[in-house]
Parts: sequence; C-alpha cells; structure tokens
Amino acid sequence: MSTNDQPAAPAKPVLAQPAAPGKPAAPSDQTAIIAKRWRAKRGSLIMALHEVQETYGYVPRDVALKLAPQIGVPVARIYEVLTFYNYFKTSAPGKFVVSVCTGTACHLKGSGDILANFSAQLGCKEGESTTDKLWHLQGVRCIGCCGIAPAVIVNGKVFGKLKPADVGDVIDKVLTADAAAAKV
Amino acid sequence: MITATINGNVVEIPEGTSILDAAKRLAIKIPVLCKHPDLDHTAACGICVVRNKSNGRMLRACCTPVEAGMDLLTHDPEIVGVRRTILELMMSKHPNECLTCGRSGDCELQTLCQDFGIRREELPNITPDLPKDCSTGTIELDPRKCISCGRCVQVCQDKQNVWALSFLDRGIDTRIATAGDIPLNESPCVSCGQCSAHCPTGAIVEHDESGIVWDKLQDPDAICVVQIAPAVRVAIGEAFGFAPGANLTGKTYAALRQMGFKYVFDTNFGADLTILEEASEFVERFANGKGELPLITSCCPAWVDFMEKYHSDMIGHFSSCKSPHEMVGALAKTYFCERNNLDPKKVFMVSIMPCTAKKMEIKRNEDMASSGMQDVDVSLTTRELARMIKQAGIDFAWIPESQPDHLLGAYSGAGTIFGATGGVMEAALRTAVHMVTGEKLGKVEFEATRGLKGIKEATLNVAGHEVRIAIAHGLGNVEMVVNKVREAKAKGEPLPYHFIEVMACPGGCVGGGGQPYGVTDEVRLARAKGLYSEDTAGVWRNSHENPYIQELYRTYLDKPLSEKSHHLLHTHYKVRPTYQR
Ligand code: SF4
Ligand code: SF4
Ligand code: SF4
Ligand code: FES
Ligand code: FES
Repeated sequence: MSTNDQPAAPAKPVLAQPAAPGKPAAPSDQTAIIAKRWRAKRGSLIMALHEVQETYGYVPRDVALKLAPQIGVPVARIYEVLTFYNYFKTSAPGKFVVSVCTGTACHLKGSGDILANFSAQLGCKEGESTTDKLWHLQGVRCIGCCGIAPAVIVNGKVFGKLKPADVGDVIDKVLTADAAAAKV
Repeated sequence: MITATINGNVVEIPEGTSILDAAKRLAIKIPVLCKHPDLDHTAACGICVVRNKSNGRMLRACCTPVEAGMDLLTHDPEIVGVRRTILELMMSKHPNECLTCGRSGDCELQTLCQDFGIRREELPNITPDLPKDCSTGTIELDPRKCISCGRCVQVCQDKQNVWALSFLDRGIDTRIATAGDIPLNESPCVSCGQCSAHCPTGAIVEHDESGIVWDKLQDPDAICVVQIAPAVRVAIGEAFGFAPGANLTGKTYAALRQMGFKYVFDTNFGADLTILEEASEFVERFANGKGELPLITSCCPAWVDFMEKYHSDMIGHFSSCKSPHEMVGALAKTYFCERNNLDPKKVFMVSIMPCTAKKMEIKRNEDMASSGMQDVDVSLTTRELARMIKQAGIDFAWIPESQPDHLLGAYSGAGTIFGATGGVMEAALRTAVHMVTGEKLGKVEFEATRGLKGIKEATLNVAGHEVRIAIAHGLGNVEMVVNKVREAKAKGEPLPYHFIEVMACPGGCVGGGGQPYGVTDEVRLARAKGLYSEDTAGVWRNSHENPYIQELYRTYLDKPLSEKSHHLLHTHYKVRPTYQR
C-alpha cells in the first residue's frame, strides 16, 4: 500500500532543441502533449494512459498526478482504471527503461538499427527486460523530439541524433550517471 | 400512487418507491449491507434479495422500484438461504477479529451474522493480507474488513468531492484503497470521517486515543480538564438507548466528573467567544471596509484543510478565528490557570468532539500552542467518549445531572446552535446586529439559515442593511458557492455574498464523522432540533449577553480583536500543496 515501493519516476524529459522548423515548438513536457491530445475527447482516459505507457514503458506516478488535472479526471479514477486493466503497469519494468522512438522521423533516420544494437548489447529483446531487471527495452511511438531524430529516452533523459555506434556510449553514460548519483 | 402486495399485505406507495422502502411501510425489515439511506444504491452486496412471486425471479429490494400490481415475498427459506450464503462468502474474505475490532457491537455485518445465527465458518478463509493506513492519526483504514459496499467511495467522491478513496484492482482482488495507494496523509483527505460514519463495518474507524486519556486520569500530577462540543450533547445518548436529539448535557458533565476530570468546560462558551470575535470581524469588513468580503467561517477544521489544499485563493476571505474548542483550550491554560492558581504545565486538556478532523486540528500549526504549550492535548470523538463511559461503569441513563465550571462553561443559546448547519451564521448575525445598532434584538431567529438544504442562500435585513449570505454543508456543496465569489471578483461584479458559512459534514457537526453510527437526515434533523430547543429555552439567546464572556473581556482580553485576543484566539492559514485530485 505504501508509495515507497514505487521506483522514482523519470523526471520530465529535457529536450535538447526545439521541433523541426516550420512546426510550432513542441511543448517541452510529454504529459502536457498527451493531455492536450486527449483532453477534449470524452472517454479518452484509457487512450491517454495508453500513450503514457507507450512513452515511458509504464505509467509513472508523477505523470499520473500531473495528467489528472490536465485532462480533468481525478487521480482516484485514473488509478481505478490503471489497476483494473492488467495491461497497465504502474511501476517501471526495469531500473533503466530504454525507449527507442520508432516514429516516422526516427524510423527514417535509422531507429531500427539503434533498437537492434540495444537489443544485442543489453541482451534482451524489444518489449522485454534483462534477467537482472536492470534494463527494459521498448520501441515507442513518436516522443515529440523529431527535430533530433533518431531519439531515445532513458528514464526521462533524452538522447538525440544517435548513430547505431552510439548505443554503447549511451549505456555507459546511463551507468556512469547512476553511479555518480548513488555516491551522493 | 400504485399498489402492490408484499408478503400478502397490500401497500400503497408513490411510483418509484423501492421495494425496500415499500416493505418498511409494512413493518418488514429487509436486510441491507451496501445501501445507506444517505446514498444512491450501489447494488453491490445482494443481501436484500426478495422474490417476485409471479415469475419466481429474485430482485434486489434496495434498487428495484415497485411496479403496480407486483406480488412480492421478502422471506422464505430459500431467500433466507441466499442471504446466509452471501454472509458466508463475506466471512470467508473477512478476518475473524470481532473481539478486537473498533466496530464490534455496532457493526452491520456482525449484527447480520448474529441475526442469521451463523456459528461456524463454512468456507476456508481467504482474507488477503493488506496493510492498514493509519497515516492521518484521525481515521484508520483496514481494507481487510471491507465488504466492498462502496459507501465510503460514494461519500468521499460524490458527497465530499475529496476523492481520497477508491476501489483498486478487479474481480476477487478488488479492494478499498486510498486513491492510487497514496497514503491518506499525502492525499486530499481532509479527515472529515464521513467515510467512517457510513462504513457498515470496522474497515474505517476513528483513531482511538482514549488510552492516553485514561493514563492521564490516573496520573496524580495531571490536572485533567475537559470540554464538550455543542453537537455531542444531542447525540451521545444514542449510544445508551436514548432517541437522537435527546439533550444530555448535564449527564455528560456528570459522567466526565465521575471519570475523574477535575474541571468540566463547555465548547459552547468557546462558541460564544468565537461569535464575539467573528461578528466583530464581520462588522469591521462589512461596515468599516477593513478586509475582504465575503467573510468565510473557519470553525470546521476539515473545511479549513480543504480550503488550504484546494481553495487557497480564499485565504484572505477566511475568518482568522480559531475554532471554539481551540479558544477554550488556549484560555484553559492561561486565563483559567491564572484565576485559579494552577500550573498550566500540569493541565491536560481533552476535547470531546463530534469530529475526527479535530484530531489533526489540535496540531495543525504553531497557533495551536498559543498558551506556550499545545492548547488542546487530545481530541476524542463522541464515539470514544461513549465507550469510555461504558468502561467506567457509569449507568448513563440514571446518573444525576451536573453543572459545568462556569468560567469557561456558561453559554448562550447562540453558542448551542453552532452544532447545526447554519448555526454559526445565525449566532453571528444576532451579535452583528447588536454591534451595529447597539440594540437588543426583538426576534433573534434567522430561519433562512436552518434546515438541510445543501446550499442555503438568503438576503437578510441586518440592522437595516442588506446582507447576502450563503451556507454550505457537505464539502461537495462548496465549489459552487466559492466559484460564484471567484467569478464575481474576476468580472468586477458586485459580490454574490457578504458572509459564507461552511461545515464539511452533511448537516453540520450534528452529522459529524465522529458521532454515533446510523446517521440519516432524520437523525440529523432530530439532533439539530435538540440544539434549537435548548436555544429557545435558554436565558441568554445572544453570545454577547453571556456574563462570563463579558467578564472575560473585562478582566482579561479587553475587547474583541484586541492584541491579546489575536494572540490567543486567532490563527493563520497557508497553502498546503497536495496533488490536484
Ligand atoms: S468489522 Fe464487524 S464483523 Fe468485522 S471484525 Fe469488526 S466487528 Fe467483527
Ligand atoms: S475522512 Fe473524509 S476526506 Fe478522508 S477519506 Fe474519509 S470521507 Fe474522504
Ligand atoms: S471501507 Fe467500509 S464503506 Fe468502504 S467499501 Fe469497504 S465496507 Fe464499504
Ligand atoms: S518520430 Fe521519433 S521523436 Fe518524433
Ligand atoms: S443492500 Fe441491496 S444490494 Fe446491497
């Protein structure tokens, strides 16, 4: 029942640069984007939560709390829905959740190879977690960072303009940052 | 009107009447567990099944309206068997813990199991091991004892608009929980206790603190003092077989003295004092233009908490007055001790309240320690006091009446009616008129403030001025009133109201979350009637006529809103961020 067993949710993604020229600047907040897309539509709570899960691999607590007022659905109701359907996860499936964008822009810029490289280097298939539950790998729909495609989010941190060869580097960076955080 | 037959007797009822209510008219009691008279049916439990004789079908009596010409049967061996099976199924997912349960002896599930003569657990027990939530220190949630009736969810979400409770998971795993499993003390919960007052079982009960009080009563160094809130006197009797509304003030004083309290005060005195301060605030704002209008009452801690969490833009409108029992607490450890040469450090102040939220109010900020120490040490609910009286072996029905200690115990009728919705408004208006005109009011009643309508609005003539008031009870009714104020302010239009009273519990404190179980509108009205009759019968009908209040100002506080009053009797508010529900 306590919240303590909830792993810390990823902080909101920090975007390296605004959206592609010609398009309105993307709001720098995934939750706001999702909320805006579904707010006006009746019965769209499930769709909104679906999209949150696709983006983060699960529905992090802070995203759910932020989403509630933005789509006008009480937190209590959101969790009624989240726990009603087996499909939804309310905790992270791995310590580090790697979301490789497979949206159109990223796909055209080679996200397939990036996903494949992650899969090879982490030793787990897309949609699955490593046996030690340290890593979870997933392909997700457009994450609103098309300007820096191909993009990957790891626990809320965005990595852009990746080349397949950068994958090892991303993994190292994540581990180094985590080790540094653990020291503090 | 339509007619139907129940158990062979013809009954005439208005169309739309449920089978349950129709049967009541024939003195037939159909058992219920999920249906509560305050609430819409959830049709969750099925214990109310009856049979439609014409087609043999089973119907749920709580949610099925009678159709013209229906021929119904409410009890036969098969129906009773179905009900028994439902109880056995519930028992199989319920801990067998009656002996240590806070609800034992007054539990709807336990009572039915008794009535049905259940003497054995027929099915293997599969109660899940779910942790309790005791995080608020006011109410305690034990989801293992939940029978999934849905009453508390409806109360918290629809009636109170707080949304701190909900069902999580599905099917056999469905469980009552705090919203999103976030602990109650980090949730929007305002500790109103309405969930506990509506729960049929011991799944939600008040946090019992009577043990601390017993210990202090045994401590030779402690000077135990106590006060009782207005609404307690007209409800405590229900725990001893009296009808709701029976005014048992004198017996309650006597029982408290017998239990060992050295001095017995009355929160009604504090209510009179609140009125002097609050009416002065109103007159300052209304007549002298000092401070924001409308003025909003602040004596309900659940409302204060709700406002600080969700309507903090109203802070400027709030009366800075503490609630009456906090005023009495502050004075008990200053004024009273000084007058009686007592060491305030030894004084242990207990409040008996109809309310669970008062348990958190006594520590809500540093103003609650204005005497230099915590002003009220423990706040007990009416239910806890009833148990203590029983434990002390006091025959409540026969105990001769006693008097309070008048210095902080004498009160006017205006103080008494504080316990009902509209009562604070009415009491304040009586004194406000006097403050503006200096005259004695001919007719003291302001009837527009009374009754159980969720939002009461009126334009009253107060000393020749037009005063627009609004009274809301049940937190679900607050939004509309507050939004009207917001809108008018935003548009620069004239204010919709000058004075707003809010009480979190439906019916006001008489319907408080810590009152004896079984509350319905009928009970709320009966309790309120008990208060209004005491007001009518009293010598003083206005707070400013209370000679002990006059003495307090003359000898100690100087005048309402004086520096000393501000220090002891007023408080501050702050924004309390929580997640947006
Ligand atoms: S809730 Fe009722 S039945 Fe359950 S343990 Fe408590 S008294 Fe017994
Ligand atoms: S105490 Fe009031 S606000 Fe808190 S859970 Fe119960 S009904 Fe909801
Ligand atoms: S906690 Fe009580 S009121 Fe709420 S659903 Fe369970 S049994 Fe019903
Ligand atoms: S397609 Fe990858 S960020 Fe938009
Ligand atoms: S009382 Fe009718 S279904 Fe529960």
